[in-house]
Amino acid sequence: MKLHEYQAKDLLRAYGVPTPRGTVATTPGQAREAAARLGGKVVVKAQIHAGGRGKGGGVKLAGDADEAEAHAARILGMCLVTHQTGPEGRLVRRVLVEEQLPIEREIYLGVTLDRALARPVFMASAQGGMEIEEVAAENPEAILREPVGWAGLQPFQARRLAFGLGIRGDALKASVQAILAVARAYEENDASLVEVNPFVLTSDGRAVALDAKTDIDDSAMFRHPDLAELRDLDEEEPLETDAINHGLNYIKLDGNVGCMVNGAGLAMATMDIIQYAGGMPANFLDVGGGADSDQIKNGFRIILSDSNVKAILINIFGGILKVDVLAEGIVAAARELAIGVPLVLRLEGTNVEKGRQILAASGLDFIVAADMKDAARHAVARAV
Amino acid sequence: MSILVNEDTRVVVQGLGRAGLFHAEQCIRFGTDIVAGVHPGRGGQTALGFPIFDSLREAAAHARPNASVIFVPAAGAGDAILEAVESEVPLIVCITEGIPVRDMVRVAAAMRCSGSRLVGPNCPGVITPGKCKLGIMPGQIHEPGRVGVVSRSGTLTYEAVGQLSALGIGQSTCIGIGGDPIIGTSFIDVLEMFNLDPGTDGVIMIGEIGGSAEEEAAEFVKGQFNKPIAGFIAGATAPPGRRMGHAGAIISGGKGTASEKQAAMKAAGIAVAPTPAELATTLAQLL
Repeated sequence: MKLHEYQAKDLLRAYGVPTPRGTVATTPGQAREAAARLGGKVVVKAQIHAGGRGKGGGVKLAGDADEAEAHAARILGMCLVTHQTGPEGRLVRRVLVEEQLPIEREIYLGVTLDRALARPVFMASAQGGMEIEEVAAENPEAILREPVGWAGLQPFQARRLAFGLGIRGDALKASVQAILAVARAYEENDASLVEVNPFVLTSDGRAVALDAKTDIDDSAMFRHPDLAELRDLDEEEPLETDAINHGLNYIKLDGNVGCMVNGAGLAMATMDIIQYAGGMPANFLDVGGGADSDQIKNGFRIILSDSNVKAILINIFGGILKVDVLAEGIVAAARELAIGVPLVLRLEGTNVEKGRQILAASGLDFIVAADMKDAARHAVARAV
Repeated sequence: MSILVNEDTRVVVQGLGRAGLFHAEQCIRFGTDIVAGVHPGRGGQTALGFPIFDSLREAAAHARPNASVIFVPAAGAGDAILEAVESEVPLIVCITEGIPVRDMVRVAAAMRCSGSRLVGPNCPGVITPGKCKLGIMPGQIHEPGRVGVVSRSGTLTYEAVGQLSALGIGQSTCIGIGGDPIIGTSFIDVLEMFNLDPGTDGVIMIGEIGGSAEEEAAEFVKGQFNKPIAGFIAGATAPPGRRMGHAGAIISGGKGTASEKQAAMKAAGIAVAPTPAELATTLAQLL
């Protein structure tokens, strides 16, 4: 689960990481009041779950409260397009109005899982403000790394990072404390990512988190009811949320061949073979290992709510999920939902013969394929 | 011959809820020797003919298992693995999906100073056809034979096995290593065992997008693996930044793409199947 910048900053502040003074506004009038309280010189920042907001026109500096109001009026309600939102953009519902700071240096701080080490790694770079992927690609030695052990990030590691970044004088102690606090916030909240980019040193000797990004491990949400309240459903694809609520895993894609598959790996492989057959998948949909007829029905409904879908390919390798049970679910759903596109089925595994008989006896117009490749060819040919 | 499990495998089942009981029964039907169960609060009872204990230490003392299979729900599964590590169970197979990453970081730290091997989590388990099934895969699609299968995905493993059996090619051992970012047993671990197993003549290795485990495995194959090997990477059409079902299947920061992994496999001499429908035929050409 992703947090908004303002939520991530609230979280970091609770751990003692300094952040700029600021307020969230949902109307231009609120933005004006906030700017006036902060002394007029502010920055107005769109709050959406995507990076690259500045380049997309979602972050603006204001010299006074009038200007802050004008910026907020333009940003609120806009569909902000960044490299992470896709071409349709994301509707901006809130802005964060913050004081401007006398920035002297911009630094990158981040914690995430290092899969190879099977432990978190704290990363820091003197090239703050830049995307860490770009730094990693162009100048990997510019990223300092400290693996986080079972006892957490240690002060000597935080000092090593701060010295490595060339931080000296008054800012040193504040930076070390902030680094340790960021690591603690990551650990205690089951985060999968905490990024402070940039972390800034000011000309008056402060060390402040100017931006913040936090993702929480979905599998650990049961331990964090307080964080669950921060979930913003407006930022999620409604169909994907709908799917999760029915025990399905759905991701919308751009093609026209809908697919319904059991298992994530087989679902990805089905998308691949559709493309190999010359088509494009409309979605990823994993119905899981124990799908019942209700889930199958909801799967169809969700796939069909994408109007691009011109054919549906069902690829099931029944193990625990028995093919005859699945076939009954498909027949029931097809009758109830009046599916108006061709259905191509490839069924294999437990009770497959019984399953094929149920489909044949239904009198409905299914295309039953011999194998995966055959199924993809049929589905692509009919998706017109 | 085979790897990891065989006719001498003595299994303890951790977590006897609905899923645990159902799959324990399926394993017994396949011929697996389940010697005990662990379910806190149900000590002293029996299920499917085996005794249940409140703790793994008691189960180990009474029934001397040499393998464990875990069905404990996600919130407690990390703890169940640590309990099996403490009792020095040599092989621990964790089926559970959705264990918090932080819990697995702790498990991984404990595994480093332990003699136990963990397979999974979030995996279908391990099967040696005709001898022992330790997991949730459909037993009837397997045939005893001499090809090893290793995969990050469950149903795609069944796909490979189904294709092999249809061609009349049996399997030595099939292992799902799991779809999570942190797993106990890597491709390399399994390939090392297959390399040394006189009962395995060739291997199908199925990877997916995310992480760099396939690239590392390819590097190992290039230097040290001396049996025919066919491979496949699922997720060539997956968009970056989206988690494709498995917590570990995500392309992030331009890393972990299918094309990088396929290129690494080809460079290592692995025959990459053009489509997932040709997993078995690609290997058959090498045998």
